[in-house]
Amino acid sequence: MSTPDLPTRGPARPGPYIVAGVLLAIAILVPLFVPAYSIDQPRFAGMPFFYWYQMLWVPITAGMVGISYRLVTKEDRRRREAVRGARTEGVEQ
Amino acid sequence: MSGFTVPLATTPDRPVNGVALAVVVVLFVLVAVLGFFAARWRAGKETGLHSLDEWGLGGRGFGTWVTWFLLGGDLYTAYTFVAVPAAMWATGAVSGFFAVPYTIVLYPIVFLLMSRLWSVSHRHGFVTPADFVGGRYGSRALTVAVALTGIVATMPYIALQLVGIKAVLTVLGLGSAQNALLTDLPLIIAFVVLAAYTYTSGLRAPALIAVVKDLLIYLAVIVAVVYLPIKFGGWDNIFGAAQTKLDAVSPATGKPAGVFIPGAASYSAYWTLALGSAMALFMYPHSVTGVLATKSRNTIRKNAAVLPLYSLMLGFLALLGYAAIYAGTKPIDLNGAVNPQLVVPQLFLDNFPAWFAGIALAAIAIGALVPAAIMSIAAANLFTRNIYRDLIRPDASPRQEAKVSKIASLVVKFGALIFVIAMDQSAAINMQLLGGIWILQTFPAIVAGLYTRWFHRWALFAGWVAGIIYGTVAAYNVVNPVTKANFGGSIAAIPGTNVQVYIAVVAFAINLIVAAILSLVFRAMKLPDGKDITRNSDYGADENDPKVAQLQREYPLGESGGSRL
Repeated sequence: MSTPDLPTRGPARPGPYIVAGVLLAIAILVPLFVPAYSIDQPRFAGMPFFYWYQMLWVPITAGMVGISYRLVTKEDRRRREAVRGARTEGVEQ
Repeated sequence: MSGFTVPLATTPDRPVNGVALAVVVVLFVLVAVLGFFAARWRAGKETGLHSLDEWGLGGRGFGTWVTWFLLGGDLYTAYTFVAVPAAMWATGAVSGFFAVPYTIVLYPIVFLLMSRLWSVSHRHGFVTPADFVGGRYGSRALTVAVALTGIVATMPYIALQLVGIKAVLTVLGLGSAQNALLTDLPLIIAFVVLAAYTYTSGLRAPALIAVVKDLLIYLAVIVAVVYLPIKFGGWDNIFGAAQTKLDAVSPATGKPAGVFIPGAASYSAYWTLALGSAMALFMYPHSVTGVLATKSRNTIRKNAAVLPLYSLMLGFLALLGYAAIYAGTKPIDLNGAVNPQLVVPQLFLDNFPAWFAGIALAAIAIGALVPAAIMSIAAANLFTRNIYRDLIRPDASPRQEAKVSKIASLVVKFGALIFVIAMDQSAAINMQLLGGIWILQTFPAIVAGLYTRWFHRWALFAGWVAGIIYGTVAAYNVVNPVTKANFGGSIAAIPGTNVQVYIAVVAFAINLIVAAILSLVFRAMKLPDGKDITRNSDYGADENDPKVAQLQREYPLGESGGSRL
């Protein structure tokens, strides 16, 4: 370990990652729970529940991924600034 | 309307649809011109396309929009557009509609994994997933295993894109039952043109063509999904016809022809198909190529939130398989047999004016060219980096790498062409089915490696071997109930139980268990670990962080040792 492993990001605050993790877990697990939706009624515009419910989850998942993106990117930016700000000061001294 | 062979008394030759054919030809020529023009697109540097970063990854500079089109064109292939509605038409929800949950759960998985892979690849200049495995584990055997799995799984996938083009050409009336050469000639021409512009322009060609292809596909699907239900008197009628057909008991097997809404016995098959396919998709080299061609760590994450629009389109397209049941579409192939893959092209030709059917058919045919190009580039990169450079010429220059990769991309494409022309179509489909099972066996090495070095390199290798063997044997033992042929499907019971699941998922579980147990054993035996050239900080690096090559110039005495060693 002769080269310092220069950190690319500062320490993480767990909050945003926990929230994003929960959202992503929901987006993976709920659409895979088949017993909840393998039924015909209620129909929507003639489509059985089985079909429209799964299609509905496409935009829901996209929304959850989108929210996760915002949360994680914001925290990510903060962590990077923490490291880069400190490093620039170090160079100037 | 049954899914079995219906011999026709008349000659099966189809009339050529002149207007539709003309539209397809014009759009194809336009796309070919675009493909050659792409060589100049964003190629500001005087170096030209003489490195894998330029030729094979489009300069690693694609932003959100280009990536959206490129990955959309890459992941939602022409074969998907043909096969998913075909499966819906023939056997219903379990084999067809699982594509919707599959492409839903895909994106949270992509969000979690792919930005880490991007970061470490950015830092170290990795071009392929096998490059990463090599850098992480320092194991040549594991690197070659991942590279070969990628190449072997990709080849039949390219072949299936040709099957997609063939479906379009057949419906257009190009082809004859008597003259095989005449049948294959348009396919050969299309592929030679594709090979030429991929050779010239690299990844930039499919990126630019994908924009045209995706816009055409959206246009075709949106119009069809709005217009056809109105024409057929609403979704009620369409689902009614589908239910009648799928619930009808087939005389050959004594079981219903398909599944309209999965019963309790199919739950496990349905969700394991969706989950296993989602986990496998981004292990394919062509998906990784799309990810590594992006310009920043966050591009792929942002795309994970906007790519699902394609999943919505795929869901509606799947339902067109049911619309074809109501419409009584007859997908009769040149030999007079029923070929479900002709369902969607035939549906468009039967129910729309010839010029619009031409646009839809062109969208499918062009939709085959984009993934075929990316797949051949990805397979060629794997060959160049992980077989040619790692095993044959360790001192290959970037220029030599680009040269080898260009030639390899030609070999891969013509291999696929010969595969489709010389062999039965079902051979390509069987191989693709196996490819999906095999590619998932690289998941532990790649994904676990993104987070931890806990697994031992030889344990991962042994797990890979175990997964491949189980998956292949289990897939061979699935017998088609009608034709009695092996490789009859991708669903089998978990050994020792009656629970029907996707074979790839069981193989993956075996792989993971073997890798975990042997990791403990090998660690206890103090079997040497490989050298890890990556460090913890690499996995969070973004586009503004220096690359490793640059860091080593700044710290010349630096030895990049694994942070965990």
